Amino acid sequence: MSKPGTALPQYRHDPDDTHPALLSPDYRSTRLRAPLRTPVDLPQRLTEVTGPVLGDGLVQPEDADLTRGYAGEPAGQRIIVSGRLLDGNGNSIPQSLVEIWQANAAGRYRHDRDNWPAPLDPNFDGMGRTLTDGDGRYSFTTVKPGAYPWKNHHNAWRPAHIHFSVFGRSFTQRLVTQMYFPDDPLFGQDPIFNAAPAAARERMISTFSLEGTRPDWALAFTFDIVLRGSDPTPFEEGDS
Amino acid sequence: MTSDRLLSSPSQTVGPFLSIGMTWSDGEQVVPEGSPDACWIHGRLLDGVGEPVPDGVVETWQADQNGEFAHAQSRLGSGSGSFGGFGRSLSGPDGQYGVRTVKPGSVSDGAGGLQAPHLDVSVFARGLLHRVVMRIYFGDEEQANATDPVLSALPDDAARSTLIAAVDGDGGYALDIRLQGAHETVFFTV
Ligand SMILES: [Fe+3]
Repeated sequence: MSKPGTALPQYRHDPDDTHPALLSPDYRSTRLRAPLRTPVDLPQRLTEVTGPVLGDGLVQPEDADLTRGYAGEPAGQRIIVSGRLLDGNGNSIPQSLVEIWQANAAGRYRHDRDNWPAPLDPNFDGMGRTLTDGDGRYSFTTVKPGAYPWKNHHNAWRPAHIHFSVFGRSFTQRLVTQMYFPDDPLFGQDPIFNAAPAAARERMISTFSLEGTRPDWALAFTFDIVLRGSDPTPFEEGDS
Repeated sequence: MTSDRLLSSPSQTVGPFLSIGMTWSDGEQVVPEGSPDACWIHGRLLDGVGEPVPDGVVETWQADQNGEFAHAQSRLGSGSGSFGGFGRSLSGPDGQYGVRTVKPGSVSDGAGGLQAPHLDVSVFARGLLHRVVMRIYFGDEEQANATDPVLSALPDDAARSTLIAAVDGDGGYALDIRLQGAHETVFFTV
């Protein structure tokens, strides 16, 4: 336990134009699931500024390559998705768990409740995990996911995306987001992408990286994830 | 050095297929079976008309029985021992969630006092574009709850009751999480 009176780091609140509104009626499922009462401010004490150490026994090196683990290669465009996990102060977040899940190249998830008529891929389960390295970097090898239809509105299609779950260092930094691909023609009709404030949407779009490609093997996209930064405290200065 | 600051990535929903990426074999076991003082904290995740939410995730974060956190930055916590303090439960077909853990000790409130034993909780689901945050307190900690700074700051007992798990008669604690509606859970911004 920290000593009484020890200054705790305090994580800055994100500006209003950062995250989607919980009630975003164009995304129909929010209508009965979004809390409607004004949330109560919870001061950041020890529980909020600490967070779990995850990884031991949970992550194997091969978990970062979604094209392995089965008898054959999955169908589709092989891609490398890499980037950095950072905080709002520009500091990298090392040794931190990154989880991803995605549809296969045909836009089908390996899930009981996804049964639209696109083929499953016997060589692809769409799940990946890794820990960031000492510089906060992560890298996954996978295939580019396909777009898929859903029932939200007539002729609704999700733009191709990869789900990302990250922890950072503290409970305050916990984030689940989605990574999109550049210039997707489906952005305009997607209420989930567009639920994010206009100025923030581009921060969910990965960048094509020619330098990151592997010749005769894979295309590459980069995607940095930024979690809330904390204001410096005397406490942090000697803590490195 | 405001100019050096980076803007945060926006949140998005976990979507309906979160179990692909968020399933851990022992996610619900904050402590292993047979641990001394182990108990289940459980309940249902419900929507605005009381229907179960079967495609959600409830994550819990807590101190150990001494009020210490197994935190990455050791100066904020004990950073040792086998107690990780983190639990993750995917909700079932009837919205049921549960973690097997131990009741945490009291934790400093940062101002010379103590907070009542509690868990910090994140809830994710299809239809939630951002996690929602709540706390779980314990119904058999009446004295500690009465002086807890977070519970005390809530407007009334009805609000407080949405965060206090009831003794379930089976050695555990039960609390439903209501995302919306007349008995909506008190959610926090952190
Ligand atoms: Fe998806």
